Amino acid sequence: MIKEEKAFPAVQSRQGTDWAVIVNKVQSAFGRVLLYGVLTIGAVIFAMPLIWMISTSLKPEGLVYQVPIVWIPPEPQWRNYIDGWTAITPSFTRYYANTIYITVMNIIGLVLSSSLVAFGFARIKFWGRNWIFLVLLATMMLPSQVTLIPIYLFWSKLGLVNTFWPLIAPEWLTNAYNVFLLRQFFMTINTELDDAARIDGAGWFRIYWNIIMPLSRPALGVIAIQAFAWNWNNYLGPLIYLSKPDMLTVAIALRLFETQQSARIPLTMAMTVVALIPVLIVFYVAQARFIQGIVVSGVKG
Amino acid sequence: MAVQATAPGAKRGRMSQRMRDNIAGFLFISPWLLHFFALIAFAMGYSLWISLNETDLFTWKFTGLANFTRIWEDELFWKSLRVTAYYTFTLVPLGIVIALSIALLMNQKVAGQGLWRTLYYLPSVVQGVAVAILWGYVLNPRFGLLNLGLERLGIEGPRWLFSETWAVPGFILMGLWGAGGAMLLYLAGLQGIPTALYEAAEIDGANSWHRFWYVTIPMLTPTIYFNLLINIIGSFQVFTQAYVLTQGGPNNATLTQVLYLYRKGFQDFQFGYASALAWVLFLIIMLFTILVVRSSDSWVHYEGEVKK
Repeated sequence: MIKEEKAFPAVQSRQGTDWAVIVNKVQSAFGRVLLYGVLTIGAVIFAMPLIWMISTSLKPEGLVYQVPIVWIPPEPQWRNYIDGWTAITPSFTRYYANTIYITVMNIIGLVLSSSLVAFGFARIKFWGRNWIFLVLLATMMLPSQVTLIPIYLFWSKLGLVNTFWPLIAPEWLTNAYNVFLLRQFFMTINTELDDAARIDGAGWFRIYWNIIMPLSRPALGVIAIQAFAWNWNNYLGPLIYLSKPDMLTVAIALRLFETQQSARIPLTMAMTVVALIPVLIVFYVAQARFIQGIVVSGVKG
Repeated sequence: MAVQATAPGAKRGRMSQRMRDNIAGFLFISPWLLHFFALIAFAMGYSLWISLNETDLFTWKFTGLANFTRIWEDELFWKSLRVTAYYTFTLVPLGIVIALSIALLMNQKVAGQGLWRTLYYLPSVVQGVAVAILWGYVLNPRFGLLNLGLERLGIEGPRWLFSETWAVPGFILMGLWGAGGAMLLYLAGLQGIPTALYEAAEIDGANSWHRFWYVTIPMLTPTIYFNLLINIIGSFQVFTQAYVLTQGGPNNATLTQVLYLYRKGFQDFQFGYASALAWVLFLIIMLFTILVVRSSDSWVHYEGEVKK
């Protein structure tokens, strides 16, 4: 959009003959080829590990080590998925249900709490706001490991280890990263709309709910997607708090699977695919709705 | 407001509006305040206390600053610091350059932008254990994708995660694979730059390089700044890959700070020492964050500020 040399400075073409135009055309054609070439090579490199994963998950064991790589197994072993699904007890059905429950709860909690807090920081002038925001930014530096042990003691004193509480409750209290991200987004929304609403007698909550939230769907979508991905893949939390086999999440089960069945690479890859499929589906659905949205809203800003 | 100003008792009306804003502000940020006091302030205080003790959480012995002096003399701590710094300060700049380059390429009028975006963004949404396990195989010296690819180019690939020299670069490659997330933010930033700025620059006789350097880059600095901060902080806490794939090996070549902390706490049950390590990690991250924040005044450009 920017770098395209559509308007080559008139001064230069006046000096030369048609040469300048021809050189320019050749250059831009060459540039196009180079552009697509680089993009393609990059995309192939980025996509290859995922393709290898899917391909390997359908191979019989013997084919894994074959060089050159057999990308399309002649006889796809769909059984790998069935065998992998139930190879450790209870089955992935249980792990899936647990993970979905935690993830959905946390997305709701995080989007609500983060947007409320970000709105407060972005729009309302209250006593000590800038200082509190500075403290919030400072806490982003705090490695969660510092508070890991005390928080574990806290939950265990309440007798809530081996429940989902320690994994869900903190998300409902937002986190600095999401507040920062949303606040930056809210600041780009023109305050004229707020002012108009205020003249009409709207309070802060109405401005938040009826004006800012609908205008922020792309950013909220991004937060929700990130929350989904993070919760779906969260490892350390479930590792510490969930030890009963019935309560494990997909991420923990996958690692367990890998250590117990390490020799069976196709099965491991099949279960890795299984672990990633929800992320891919959510991504695919979100791609059309939100990611497009954030790019479009970028144009408006 | 204008109507109010003429009404009697306008001053009191204004004051109470300010009061109302104070209350509303605190109500809106109350989830964060709760988070701060319970999960941060209280927990930090407690953690500090633990770091002054020798404890397995059952028996306690107050030892003052002994844990901290022990860290200073701990070879493995310094090793973990070097490993983590190497990882962070290679991955973060490379990640920014790669993400920005892809975004710039894609911002040219390319056909099928949606498809390209998907291809580059996809790896960044899949993360965690699944990706670590996948990359464990990609980096396999014998049948891994990477070395087979290098072989095609006539290069004999290193032993990656089995080599002291190449294990961290392996992790860095794994990290770069996720550069698509930042790419999306840069793309949004690029498309948000008003074309008027480019037109004005062109009238002033700026060539494409000038426009890139004096318009595009300054307009993207807020996004670059955000990514830089988030990624430095995040990379310093790298854990899952190292835990799942190498357990810190070979010969502690991938012993990251958090992995060392985890080892001391949850494997050796030296929770006092682990807490002290967490505090030192915190200070190190804070140091680098302050450096970046301090420097930001001189290179981060906010369009809103200029207008004022």
